[in-house]
Amino acid sequence: MCGLAGILNRYGKRISGNKIITMANMMEPRYDGRGGGFAAYGIYPQHRDCYALHIYFDNEDAKELTEEFLKEHVLIVKDEEIPTRKIKEIPKRYITWRYFVEVPEKFKNNEHDYMISVVMGINDGIEGAYVISSGKNMGVFKATGMPRDVARLFKVEKYKGYLWLAHGRFPTNTPGWWGGAHPFNILDWSVVHNGEISSYGTNMRYLEMHGYKCRLLTDTEVVAYLFDLLVRRHRLPYELAAVALTPPFWKHIEKMPPEKKKLYTYIRMTYAPAMLNGPFAIIVANSTTMIGLNDRIKLRPLVTAKDDEFTYIASEEAAIREVAPNIEELFAPKAGVPVIAKLEVD
Amino acid sequence: MNVDSSILDIIRAKKLIERRDIAPRIREEGDFVVVDAKGLHYRILNEVVYELAEKYKKIKLINVNGQRYIADGLRGDYYIEIHGTAGDDLGAFMNGPEIVVYGNVQDGAGNTMNAGKIIVHGNATDILGHSMRGGVIYVEGDVGYRVGVHMKEYKDQVPIIVAGGTAGDFLGEYMAGGRIIILGLKRRFTSEIVGDWIAAGIHGGAIYIRDSIEEDRLGYGAKIAEFTEEDKKYLAKILEEYCRTFGYDLNKILEHEFTKIVPESHRPYGKMYTD
Repeated sequence: MCGLAGILNRYGKRISGNKIITMANMMEPRYDGRGGGFAAYGIYPQHRDCYALHIYFDNEDAKELTEEFLKEHVLIVKDEEIPTRKIKEIPKRYITWRYFVEVPEKFKNNEHDYMISVVMGINDGIEGAYVISSGKNMGVFKATGMPRDVARLFKVEKYKGYLWLAHGRFPTNTPGWWGGAHPFNILDWSVVHNGEISSYGTNMRYLEMHGYKCRLLTDTEVVAYLFDLLVRRHRLPYELAAVALTPPFWKHIEKMPPEKKKLYTYIRMTYAPAMLNGPFAIIVANSTTMIGLNDRIKLRPLVTAKDDEFTYIASEEAAIREVAPNIEELFAPKAGVPVIAKLEVD
Repeated sequence: MNVDSSILDIIRAKKLIERRDIAPRIREEGDFVVVDAKGLHYRILNEVVYELAEKYKKIKLINVNGQRYIADGLRGDYYIEIHGTAGDDLGAFMNGPEIVVYGNVQDGAGNTMNAGKIIVHGNATDILGHSMRGGVIYVEGDVGYRVGVHMKEYKDQVPIIVAGGTAGDFLGEYMAGGRIIILGLKRRFTSEIVGDWIAAGIHGGAIYIRDSIEEDRLGYGAKIAEFTEEDKKYLAKILEEYCRTFGYDLNKILEHEFTKIVPESHRPYGKMYTD
């Protein structure tokens, strides 16, 4: 019974991590302390044009190997430890480091795919090194623990971002470890997830055909890669990407007007192996958008609301109410129908 | 996992309501006892409610936000007023109390309740009245998915759920008894009064929907039955209190077309292993 929270300032105003931490704390009965995490967008304005790689290392050897690999493939503009507090609730198991990197000139025309291959190269090729996030001007902070403690560990309240995701985990099928905590990220995409992706095997084989490598021992990873494939590489609008991932039932497609029916049929047939099955609620984000989505028969909770400045999505109404006393109407999105909130400035 | 110090506190403190940090939150107001629930952990809040129930019959909880399991398993003729958003599983397993919520309720309100009343001046979400065995739930606005899933009845113990707004998919899923009434008076986000797969797996009880419903919206095992004068009389009786509670005009409600949905068979799998 995981818990999700997301908050977007639609005008790009950056706020401290306190609001998202409060939202996550409100749903604490949903978690068991074996995974908590945050994704924050807009936190590295001084390096906004660099890919910010958050990497966890088992030991110094893994760090050295990774740095050799990075020096070979990208330009490291700056690197430093991801600052942490010493807290008794979460013993520090990994070396946590961040690298602000640029793609070499000759790969610039295809830099996204190039960066993905760098990330996959580390995750797949270097024992004991895990790239936790790899987007620009954003970062993921996660560990084994309650979200409130993970926030203290990584001093999350000190960062300022305009889009935040949070997750508290209650792992049921896959191990509770730092890398298995949510959010999951690839480049700009971050995902938090409650439930399970029963179609993991099918989705994974499909993604591996497109060069993605699923190495983080958990089902949620495929959601991040599917959004990258469908929206960034195949340029589907978000609404149609959602149709591919959680399509309407054939009996409903049958009844659509002819043009719509044709489109939905094509999407369903083309992206059959991308369809997500199983009970889930997810919040997906990139640097301009926050999306909430339920499985096709709505087996997990998700509610959303907005006020003048912010759009909120959470597993429980109480999490939104606690930080947003002036929300307009709050509602639960329908099964398989995405809630899409966009940044209204560039 | 951390050991929550509040659990230890509960074990240590004989009377939570006498504790220095809790006592100032409690005051008498007429024949009510009022508890300020702001920021209170759900375990503490519920212990406080149980302790107060030893002395008071009318309990008012203010500034509630997401605390779960309120009044669960409570037996007797209590009146509990909740101001704010009630958390998951409100009134689960309760036997007798009347709960009035000024605000919304989260998932699973009335889970397996045996008797009593839950009145919601707001909306409810998924699995409202899950496995309900008796009593009534009145919701002013919308209800979510799988409302009344696995409701049941026994002799004169017939649970009833009434919603003034809309309902999601799988309404009355695996329903074994009881009545669900969806009025669709306000349709905030959809023109559809209820979702799809209505009464999937139903084998007892009945659902009344205040609109016309096409056969292909029903789930497996459900069928549309004739809406008779008897049914109308029954609804007039049942909805009288509902309309009084929320200020709706009963006659206007009954003027409209209703669809009645019932099981195709009371023993859908009776011959599963013998055919």
